Amino acid sequence: MLVSLNWLKNYVDIGKISPEQLAEKVTKSGIEVESVEYIAEKSENVVVGYVQSCEQHPNADKLNLCQVDTGEDTLQIICGAPNIAQGQKVAVAKPGAVLPGNFKIKKVKLRGVESNGMICSLQELGIEEKYVPKDAADGIFVFPDDVTVGESVEPLLNLNDAVLEFELTPNRADCLSMLGVSYEVAALLDQPLQLPSEEVISTEESAEDYINVEIEAKDLNPYYGAFVIKDIEIKDSPLWMKNHLIAAGIRPINNVVDITNFVMLEYGQPLHAFDYDQLESDKIVVRRAAKGETLVTLDEQERTLSEDHLVITNGKKPIALAGVMGGVDTEVNEQTTTVLLEAAYFVSSTVRKAVKDTGLRSESSTRFEKGIDPNRVREAGLRACQLLTQYAGGKVLSNVVESDELDRTEKEIKLVTQEVNKRLGTAVTAEDIATIFRKLRFDYEQNQDEFTVYAPTRRGDITIFEDLLEEIARIYGYDNLPFTLPEGASHAGALTETQQLKRDVKRYLQSAGLMETITYSLTSSSKIDQLISPEIQALDPKPVALSMPMSEDHKYLRLSILPELLTTISYNQARNQTDLFYFELGKIFVSKEEIVTSQPSEQLRVSGALSGKWLDHPWQQEKKEVDFYVVKGIIEGLCDYLKLPVSFKKASIPHTHPGRSAAIIINGKEIGFLGQVHPALQKQNGLKDTYVFDVNMEEVIAEHNAVPSYSQIPKYPSVTRDIAFIMDKQIPAGDVKQTIVDLGAPLVKQVDIFDVYQGENIGGDKKSVAYSLVYQDPEKTLTDEEVEASYTNILNSVNEKYNAFVRS
Amino acid sequence: MKEQLEAIKQEALGRIVSAEELKELQDIKVAYLGKKGSLTTVLRGMGKLSKEERPVVGELANQVRESITSALEEKGQKLEELELEKQLEEEAIDVTLPGRPVSVGGEHLLTKIVEEIEDLFIGMGYEVREGPEVETDYYNFEALNLPKGHPARDMQDTFYVTNELLMRTHTSPVQARTMKQFDGDQSVKMICPGKVYRRDTDDATHSHQFTQIEGLYVGKDVRMSDLKGTLDQFAKKMFGEDREIRLRPSFFPFTEPSVEMDISCKVCNGHGCSVCKGTGWIEILGAGMVHPNVLEMAGYDPKVYTGFAFGMGPERIAMLKYGVNDIRQFYTNDKRFLKQYHNA
Repeated sequence: MLVSLNWLKNYVDIGKISPEQLAEKVTKSGIEVESVEYIAEKSENVVVGYVQSCEQHPNADKLNLCQVDTGEDTLQIICGAPNIAQGQKVAVAKPGAVLPGNFKIKKVKLRGVESNGMICSLQELGIEEKYVPKDAADGIFVFPDDVTVGESVEPLLNLNDAVLEFELTPNRADCLSMLGVSYEVAALLDQPLQLPSEEVISTEESAEDYINVEIEAKDLNPYYGAFVIKDIEIKDSPLWMKNHLIAAGIRPINNVVDITNFVMLEYGQPLHAFDYDQLESDKIVVRRAAKGETLVTLDEQERTLSEDHLVITNGKKPIALAGVMGGVDTEVNEQTTTVLLEAAYFVSSTVRKAVKDTGLRSESSTRFEKGIDPNRVREAGLRACQLLTQYAGGKVLSNVVESDELDRTEKEIKLVTQEVNKRLGTAVTAEDIATIFRKLRFDYEQNQDEFTVYAPTRRGDITIFEDLLEEIARIYGYDNLPFTLPEGASHAGALTETQQLKRDVKRYLQSAGLMETITYSLTSSSKIDQLISPEIQALDPKPVALSMPMSEDHKYLRLSILPELLTTISYNQARNQTDLFYFELGKIFVSKEEIVTSQPSEQLRVSGALSGKWLDHPWQQEKKEVDFYVVKGIIEGLCDYLKLPVSFKKASIPHTHPGRSAAIIINGKEIGFLGQVHPALQKQNGLKDTYVFDVNMEEVIAEHNAVPSYSQIPKYPSVTRDIAFIMDKQIPAGDVKQTIVDLGAPLVKQVDIFDVYQGENIGGDKKSVAYSLVYQDPEKTLTDEEVEASYTNILNSVNEKYNAFVRS
Repeated sequence: MKEQLEAIKQEALGRIVSAEELKELQDIKVAYLGKKGSLTTVLRGMGKLSKEERPVVGELANQVRESITSALEEKGQKLEELELEKQLEEEAIDVTLPGRPVSVGGEHLLTKIVEEIEDLFIGMGYEVREGPEVETDYYNFEALNLPKGHPARDMQDTFYVTNELLMRTHTSPVQARTMKQFDGDQSVKMICPGKVYRRDTDDATHSHQFTQIEGLYVGKDVRMSDLKGTLDQFAKKMFGEDREIRLRPSFFPFTEPSVEMDISCKVCNGHGCSVCKGTGWIEILGAGMVHPNVLEMAGYDPKVYTGFAFGMGPERIAMLKYGVNDIRQFYTNDKRFLKQYHNA
């Protein structure tokens, strides 16, 4: 809402307060003032001049040589505007004047003839092009006759006005009108309010002889008022009205249209003027549109309607889409002499629906959608009639034709002073509260500390006690509320075990060298089925899509974090960022429903993608690209950190390298995977070799033992034995390790692989794997015999099971 | 014999002085003091001496032995020192060569801010609650006093999955769920951080996915001044003890009265600059007293229980605190961006 201060001053005295100060005050009381703009920078020395004569320039076809009376003196001015003519009153910038844009007016010679000033267009005076009336758009501005020669144009054209842009929240629709704004400002400044008169002198002829109103959908249209005004003369509206409209951001058209717009801005009540003679009937019927019914609106677009829409008809066909826009057939035009003026109350939901379906949004529909004041509908109609009489020569017929079932009662709300203080933490008195209601002009009855407040219908947002609380608090001033802390019993706050665990996992991965990322949860159709962990794939999940995505890139709820993570890796690699070790902890969305009806299961996962040099210390010959074992080490470290027994199994996972991927197993359950991204997918994404992991955090949380029990630090020495087996290349070294662990229990506490060797001297299809075994007995010092017995048993059993021989 | 001893002493000491290596000292030791050494040999001849001479010569011999021994030790130490010095010299390295890099990762800037806020409120006795990102229309809107067709629904453009399911547009549904779980008979003190989604085109100031942290305090006799005091504590801890807060009336369907909180601009200290658009204040969060309809729908009696709620965007806070000027940076994960804020 654009609020012109010069207009506002008609209703409330704002005194000497500056526009900026007023803006600050309004902002602090609840309506954010987005900006303070001035119509024009100061333009001094621009006055009304009378064009005494206007002749063609002796040396130029398109220029005119004018003698202009500016009151003090007569100036010779050359003017190129096509609409200049003798006898006009025009805006003259005299030598020494400065126009917006710091344009200085000097005496000049044009084609050998002296010119002592400039005759101005509205644009040159600082009015925005889009608000300039069409007849003045291509030339100079011509004043009406009643202005005085020599008078400064600044006030005449409202150039000294400041306009405040109110950023209205949906509850403050009352400020979509100058009257609503006036109530607000009057309350804030504690000033009296001067409301406009709605007095109308009407003729003896009755409107009832001209029009008949019939409402078929009273639920959607509880009030319809039809006013008939005859003998209308279409012409320009008065300058002051044009000025107000321009300041409010509306281009003046003609007196009838301007008056309906002016009253809409003044009262917040949209009005519509029909050309009565184009009505083709003497009745107005308001009904729901028939399905497929059409209407050509003012913008000359044909609109197809449905039963959800409310239309104004002449009894046969629609002539307006209620509250949104009129039809082109009944539009007021130059020839119009009789106007049918509509002031109606349309329920917001029907206008909303029409706006949504047609995409048509107007100043009118915005007000209906947000709700209008039932006590200003007829009143706005009367105000418009009054102005039509004054500025369009109209004769208003008596007896407005109405259908009226509108509820205009004011909501009654009880309030007790003590309750106000209890809720706000303040110590206001009943007198303070009464003062606030007086400033707001809310009617109330007071019985000591108890109030009954009658919420004015203009403030449709005030329906309950809490709404009044806000009014009291904001007028009292949020700044004046004390600072307190809740006094109720307090309990200690803490993260839950799961929340702490999530942080722990992040900390571990960060200290392991990984950077945390956050990617989008919404992914594309090409990425939705990539790199889904086998245990999720086993659920046969159905991708969940948005019904109206903003883009194809973000259409599906992800089933894996990895595809978007790979996108960030390739984004970085494309920008010469190497050595990328990324992880993300976030949710995937699993639904088994072909057509979603219930919330998908949201499962927490931790995923990583690594590419580049894990170790890069070249001068000491230490250089290592990320490989499978780097990622595996990270997972092993994570599980060790969380005290989770982990094992790995070769697995075939789509989109990963078939020979370099494995399932991650905890307590016999597959909880994720790791591996190299399949070279084909790497190529497709423009990725260098990239290794990924993906772990089901839900399982980690479930399997994780929160409080580890104490285990005695061993008092007795351990014994280490090394052993190297030569075995077939295909035998997984980890299987043999597990066998050793199983055989060695309980004395073998730890088994590590410390060497793997392949070479001709042991046979091309063989490998040698060296294991280091740590023996320990918590109860006593181990004897050589005990160790030897176990060791021999292991040798023999492994030999038997894997056909593996001890390397000598 | 005396002369003999004296000569041995002189000779030995002379050799010790000129010795240059530890090995030589060892040889000297053997040559004079060893089983076949010259001093030992001389001493063996003591038996031939008279009773009177024996103690005298014996004493002299001991003196000679001692002086040789101590000269050997002294020289030995010296030579050892020299040898160590030499060794250390040989072991010297070029300290200007680069060290072996230790690669440490780090947390995302948003995580840092979220955890900072979490910890701050945990310190004030709040608990952290989480909830689903795909929400029902009921919990995202209706339970928050936003019935179907409510004009304020336009304030948030929503990604719908079905008519009843949507990507949550705020984390407030977690509040509604928590209250419902508590069955109207328990005070609530919680914050809920999480991802939220709006139907926006991504640009420097809009992101279809972003983060939110909301807080809720419901109890008996909770006052609006408690909200002001709580927000003040938060602002001072988060943005600095010298920050001031300002509350302005605003509108949210789920709170009444509603509040917008500004903090005094750190850049200009409230005098007005380009960061605060000349106002001296920067908008940080929205808040208010929980709307009685919201309490009622969650099973709380609004005549007994009152409460306050607040909500803020970590991206905005990060942008203000660290000067990040494009919201997309948080989700693009450019390594150069992520690294800047590790241990910030």
